Amino acid sequence: MKKNLFARVAGIVLVALPLLAGAAGVDIPLDRAPVDLKNKPSLQRGAQTFVNYCLNCHQASMMRYSRLTDLGLTEQQIKENLMLASDKFGDTMTTALNPVDAKAWFGGVPPDLSVIARSRGADWLYTFLRSYYRDDKSPTGWNNRAFPAVGMPHVLHELQGTQQWQQVGERKGHDGKMEPMMKLVLTQPGALKPLEYDQMVGDLVNYLVFMGEPAAAKRTQLGVLVLMFLSVLLVFAIVLKKEYWKDVK
Amino acid sequence: MASASKNHDNLPGGIVGKTIIWVDDRFPLLENWKTHLAEYYAPKNFNFWYYFGSLALLVLVLQIVTGIFLTMNYKPDAALAFASVEYIMRDVPYGWLIRYMHSTGASMFFIVVYLHMFRGLMYGSYRKPRELIWIFGCLIYLCLMAEAFFGYLLPWGQMSYWGAQVIINLFATVPFIGEDLAVWIRGDFNVGDATLNRFFAFHVIALPLVLLGLVAAHILALHEVGSNNPDGVEIKQNKDPKTGIPLDGIPFHPYYTVKDIVGVVVFLMVFTVIVFFMPEMGGYFLEYNNFIPADPLKTPAHIAPVWYFTPFYAMLRAVPSMFGSQFPGVAVMGAATLILFALPWLDRGKVKSVRYRGPVYKAWLAAFVVSFLILGYLGVVPTTVWGQLPKGLPLLGGMDTATLVARVLTIVYFLFFILMPWYTKNDKELPVPERVTS
Repeated sequence: MKKNLFARVAGIVLVALPLLAGAAGVDIPLDRAPVDLKNKPSLQRGAQTFVNYCLNCHQASMMRYSRLTDLGLTEQQIKENLMLASDKFGDTMTTALNPVDAKAWFGGVPPDLSVIARSRGADWLYTFLRSYYRDDKSPTGWNNRAFPAVGMPHVLHELQGTQQWQQVGERKGHDGKMEPMMKLVLTQPGALKPLEYDQMVGDLVNYLVFMGEPAAAKRTQLGVLVLMFLSVLLVFAIVLKKEYWKDVK
Repeated sequence: MASASKNHDNLPGGIVGKTIIWVDDRFPLLENWKTHLAEYYAPKNFNFWYYFGSLALLVLVLQIVTGIFLTMNYKPDAALAFASVEYIMRDVPYGWLIRYMHSTGASMFFIVVYLHMFRGLMYGSYRKPRELIWIFGCLIYLCLMAEAFFGYLLPWGQMSYWGAQVIINLFATVPFIGEDLAVWIRGDFNVGDATLNRFFAFHVIALPLVLLGLVAAHILALHEVGSNNPDGVEIKQNKDPKTGIPLDGIPFHPYYTVKDIVGVVVFLMVFTVIVFFMPEMGGYFLEYNNFIPADPLKTPAHIAPVWYFTPFYAMLRAVPSMFGSQFPGVAVMGAATLILFALPWLDRGKVKSVRYRGPVYKAWLAAFVVSFLILGYLGVVPTTVWGQLPKGLPLLGGMDTATLVARVLTIVYFLFFILMPWYTKNDKELPVPERVTS
């Protein structure tokens, strides 16, 4: 069959071009979150942190406690370690925080975190939770490099300690003038060492990614099987086509 | 009974044959089987580009079937819609698979249809006697855009909400009746529960019915006149004198059914890779902001339509507002889709296929495709993406470079059609062979 090169190339470009465009931009460079949905211990630790620190104000109203069994936990373990006595195993992760109170205290209702990893992205969350610094001008005393004027105070500050947004030197700017070099500096250590804190946040973000799409692990697993099936089917389809087309001259 | 007039000699015996005869005596079963499959003679030289028609049909079926299952758990209610989609993703067995197939299917539908339309454009499949096939196809395309637009509101995320808000506001720019028109479409002064309910009705029943009818008409019209081919040769002009069968034709079934199965499997492999490994497709098939529930009080910083609308969106943004109204941009966008209908009467070339066209047509076709693709890209990104033109420049100084490029490309897009009667008439075309080349 005659191959029309121009036509083929045009077709490939037509399919590929929209994929080359970049996604929505962010203002600061993001650190890469250590997401690994196969790392069950990390996910379990992340779930623990989530329940202890996030779930008091934020809900995950589309996530059921029972789904935590996907992390290799038993019903007993979940009930004893991750749930309040008043919650039922099949309940979703809701909070007792009254939206009216929340508005008065924080200026807004804390967002539901069920799919936060899907809207914000893991890297942004990982950067955000490690970018809090002291800011006396802010109502909570905290500000964030990734989310300026954030309503949420630094809930994890006992663990991380206190960071300041400080000048650490000077460098030559694009216009040749010297400009200050700014950096987040840990001025008062917390209960965790910086590396331990990063690991803890990494586990938490890993959990948030899991919670955003609990079926993700099964999805990729099944995908491999479907592709294998289709590859075999493709061989048969090609052989069948060749057999029939033998007599087309 | 009618069986006396019908030939049932070659049927298998036993219960199967008897059942077929029973049905055929009461319904034109074998007649239709022959007209549309076993004795529909298609040119034997179909190439890669001819897979996309059957693939579009496949995606249509996929969308309808997955759509039916989605409606079993989806709630068209502003208070429940977002959570019901997550319920499907989490609590419905294999609900995530159904949902991802539907969301991926929407984008794949457009990819397949764009390639199918490009095929028609390239090989002159819209030319006499196939004008009506092209017209039905254009109607299908418009219908598909409406279907995609209505469906996109249903997950009730931020992009659903604000995308719908922006598109409906386009109708509000129509002089005199615009505001009332927008309220009439929304059923409210803002996009709200009433809008969601009616969009659901349009998405799951009204437009699918129209779409199915149009697809049937598209195929019936095709089978009436016969398929075009990459050479643009009419195979019906060279028939076997004895049998009356076109010499370059082969029965659609089994030849093209078995060939299309190969296309289907390859397509399903691509589809599988997206559905199972990258269902968001980097934010293009499922936008990140659509995982935030719709909030009428919070406008997202950057509202971009889904990728398949972006060429037209770029045109909309490129047209400056006149007399304080955005309507000119809306009119241009509408004209860009409607001008497709005129194509069969704009083309004055003697040959159909790009293979035998002259260099001028080829250059215009290339310019058209490139314009469409770049406009598609520009519709995704902010207008500031390529910076501004230098301030000192007369007339254009300080303007966004991307806006200027979008304006030029919009003009190229329209000139491809408007100048077509002239450049196709006087082009240096190559001689067309008597028979199809293999």
